Amino acid sequence: MLALRTSRAPSLCYRSLHRPAARTPHRRTAFARLLTTMSAQTVEITVPKTGRKIQVPTGLFINNEFVSSVDSKETIETINPATEEVICSVVAGSAADIDRAVAAARTAFKTTWGKNVTGVERSRLINKLADLIERDAQELAELETLNNGKPVRIARDFDIGDSVSCLRYYAGWADKIAGQSLEVDNKNKIAFTRHDPIGVCGQIIPWNYPINMWSWKVAPALAVGCTIVMKPSEITPLTALKLSELIVEAGFPPGVVNTVPSLGSVGGAALSSHMDVDKVAFTGSTVTGRKIMEAASKSNLKKISLELGGKSPHIIFESADLDQAANWAALGILYNTGQDCTAGSRLFVQESIYDKFMPILVSKAQQLVVTDGFDEKASGGPVVSKIQYDKIFKYIGIGKEQGAKCLFGGVKRQGKGYFVDPTIFTDVTPEMKIFQDEIFGPVLSVTKFKTEEEAVAHANNTTYGLGAGLHSNDANQCMRVANELEAGTVWVNQYNLLYNNVPFGGKKQSGIGRELGSYALEEYTSVKAVQWNFGEKLDFPF
Amino acid sequence: MTSTWNHTFSTAAFKGSVEVPTGIYVNGKFAEGSSKKTIDVINPSSGKLITKISEGTADDVNAAVKAARHAFDTVYGLKMRGSDRGLLLNKLAQLVEDNVDAIAASVIACFRYYAGWADKIQGKTIETSEAQLVYTRHEPIGVVGQIIPWNFPILMLAWKLGPALATGNTIVLKPSEFTPLSALFVAKLIDQAGFPPGVVNIINGYGNVVGQTIAEHMDIEKIAFTGSTLVGRKIMEAAAKSNLKNVTLELGGKSPNVIFDDCNMEDAVKWAAFGIYYNHGQTCCAGSRIFVHEKIYDEFLHKFTEYTRNVKVGDPFDPENFQGPQVSQVQYERIMGYIKSGQEEGATLHHGGERIGTEGYFIQPTIFTDVKPHMKIVREEIFGPVGVVIKFKDEDDIIAQANDTVYGLAAAVFTQDLVKAVRTANRLKAGTVWVNCVNHLHAAIPFGGYKQSGIGRELGEYALANYTHVKAVQVNIEM
Repeated sequence: MLALRTSRAPSLCYRSLHRPAARTPHRRTAFARLLTTMSAQTVEITVPKTGRKIQVPTGLFINNEFVSSVDSKETIETINPATEEVICSVVAGSAADIDRAVAAARTAFKTTWGKNVTGVERSRLINKLADLIERDAQELAELETLNNGKPVRIARDFDIGDSVSCLRYYAGWADKIAGQSLEVDNKNKIAFTRHDPIGVCGQIIPWNYPINMWSWKVAPALAVGCTIVMKPSEITPLTALKLSELIVEAGFPPGVVNTVPSLGSVGGAALSSHMDVDKVAFTGSTVTGRKIMEAASKSNLKKISLELGGKSPHIIFESADLDQAANWAALGILYNTGQDCTAGSRLFVQESIYDKFMPILVSKAQQLVVTDGFDEKASGGPVVSKIQYDKIFKYIGIGKEQGAKCLFGGVKRQGKGYFVDPTIFTDVTPEMKIFQDEIFGPVLSVTKFKTEEEAVAHANNTTYGLGAGLHSNDANQCMRVANELEAGTVWVNQYNLLYNNVPFGGKKQSGIGRELGSYALEEYTSVKAVQWNFGEKLDFPF
Repeated sequence: MTSTWNHTFSTAAFKGSVEVPTGIYVNGKFAEGSSKKTIDVINPSSGKLITKISEGTADDVNAAVKAARHAFDTVYGLKMRGSDRGLLLNKLAQLVEDNVDAIAASVIACFRYYAGWADKIQGKTIETSEAQLVYTRHEPIGVVGQIIPWNFPILMLAWKLGPALATGNTIVLKPSEFTPLSALFVAKLIDQAGFPPGVVNIINGYGNVVGQTIAEHMDIEKIAFTGSTLVGRKIMEAAAKSNLKNVTLELGGKSPNVIFDDCNMEDAVKWAAFGIYYNHGQTCCAGSRIFVHEKIYDEFLHKFTEYTRNVKVGDPFDPENFQGPQVSQVQYERIMGYIKSGQEEGATLHHGGERIGTEGYFIQPTIFTDVKPHMKIVREEIFGPVGVVIKFKDEDDIIAQANDTVYGLAAAVFTQDLVKAVRTANRLKAGTVWVNCVNHLHAAIPFGGYKQSGIGRELGEYALANYTHVKAVQVNIEM
């Protein structure tokens, strides 16, 4: 999936910069620089709209250093989805690089991290990291927007704001990892549990919330004492590399966090099947999630947690506040331009209020400004890549072909950028692909229903189970339906909002395990029961 | 406007200036107490006056409670998110770190530890039937009263403020009238950290006025006290007679230090000395009854006495010194009284027993031997650098002797046989049992007393329970 951009000249905002000795160990001649264009140097990127210059390390981050690949000259090109231009290239990690990173993480786990560091110290470091990210929020937001497309203000205030809070939340847990002391036999024995860190964790994160997904993975793993080999998405590796600089500045020992951008089929596969990785945590598509679980089962039965796709139902009952419900429904499918695993992509509207509700919903969708993320007015940006863009329009085509009515949107724009406008299909029925498949774009499928039972049946008619929402002013109905819905998160009279202390994850084929809250700690903890006898004598033979 | 005490330190331990407000701190402001009277603050190294602080009255307490109640109802308590309370506590920790030197490490650690709990106050959902939604809320209690002692002024302040603020309570706190200055200094930092006015209020004054007012106040729903068992009883009584406010007490101790014949002798000697001489013996968990197995008694006593001879006593600002002065004239006289009583009751004054110098309240590290269980120096808490050394025969004997006390705060066991250590630890009636160490405290580990050493636990997750009450919400669902 290397983005081959041979038909386009590199963006004018790309320039390689010779760094002072502190960054690169040797002074290079211009010729040598040319030869080592595939190496681990830092590049300077100029943000077109603001003129800000951002230094981006392009090597693999292993043992607190940025290095070249050990055996490969491959690179990954990063593209600005608003302009379709190349931002820069980064080193693409190989399976051998993953080996190196895992070895570094293992050494750190045995010597400077794991049980060799106190919870108090882990807390201090994670808090320091949070402070540094907060300090650099504007710069990180602009880099995120450049690579992912989302509006800068949303990247800064929400993605990065939540990430800082997430790190601080888990910093608070780091010195509070407690096991149990258990009564077995008060005279002769004691039993207790230790909540040990699992060990070396492979973490594979997606491109829809690069920084936020990074923090969700890194924070609990570090809090419990695990070391990390992080494979950011090959589409959006830049902020993960930039954050790696802050790992060094915060003072984490080398090898505790390693970052290896690479293709999923290379780095992701290598991590999932690695015999010395104790756990893999993955967020991404259900298709890839299966491969990871398979690889884990075939290698060393490593622990896995998966946060996968969804086709989340969003139910509007007749007693709902229609204007508010429309706001939340619009948020549910349009936030992050629909590129959200919990997107409320199937809307169920009670028949009695359908005709009243739909115009309100359409008017909300019309208000959304989808444009370049550097535009202050933007509520949404482009989708992240050509592949995603093509996939979404393919589904729009299928929707039309299969007989759904395209009430709003569904038309390609002219000009540059992977912009997809809000699209609403109505009269969608369960056998249609746009009812069943995750589209991962701002495309809503709307279906009418008569009774509460019908709505619940429709809602649960999916192999997914990540999110669900319902709007109703009937408290008993809220309670009943919330209990019935097969989803890891049920939102009542709201949608999409998450908090660092509330767990999140999927039922059914939307995933395994939970992130956020105290629950995430369990994903990185391995329980050992110590059963100590100091009095019982055994008779033999028994 | 209230005055401040300004002082420049130029000592081996610290060079710098401090400015400490001398008023009472109510609703975010420092002010003179309503009586306009003052209390002298004495430097125990010299017996001389440092400064005067305002003396609080019952009226001042009432004003503080009003401010704390208002803050709880409007801007703190459940009106401020846990994660925001956590941010404020971390900010306070940072300010303490910026302002106070090395001795504050455990103070800072305590604030940071509780900052981490602030957004993790969790209840449960409890399964009963599908027709019910049942959950618990762990709500802050409201306005809490806190009374702290003079032996570790700033550390005791952190132990009280940390969990109370993390869980969302507002506070009226009385520091000891002997050692009010660090609390007033931290009050400035609380203000700077951004806690809304009224969340923390500090009223200097005497126990029988300010302390009593807090203990019997009808609008204070919980009181936490650290101090003597004698005063602890009065507090519990006042709580019973007023509004049945929730009470936690951290009181005295006469903690046994059990040294088995298979101990590491060098270590046991050092720890035994640390256990009784640390903080000039003014530690609630001091290992003041040192029990030694008869097989090694002579050797231990000899080595312990040698070690004691080398304990340096003097100016606390001189980093060479281990032991400083007792906190006040009253304490000095009390300890000397116990030393006299020990001799009168027939114990052997094996080492020490005298005052050091003519200025300040310095007492020699003191060892009594040949004691009997009924003696005052064996039964009562002396709260000074005075240890009694007692022989024991075997495990059953030592358990009987060690537990023969109304107290139960801490205990220590020295042995290389960990099985014996665990067995002994399990049998000792004490809230903390140290094995092969003494006096080790950590923000994450609970601390508190059995029997008449107290009620409730401080530190760790356990302290949160002191400052929350549980509400069960049971929602009936129409199916």
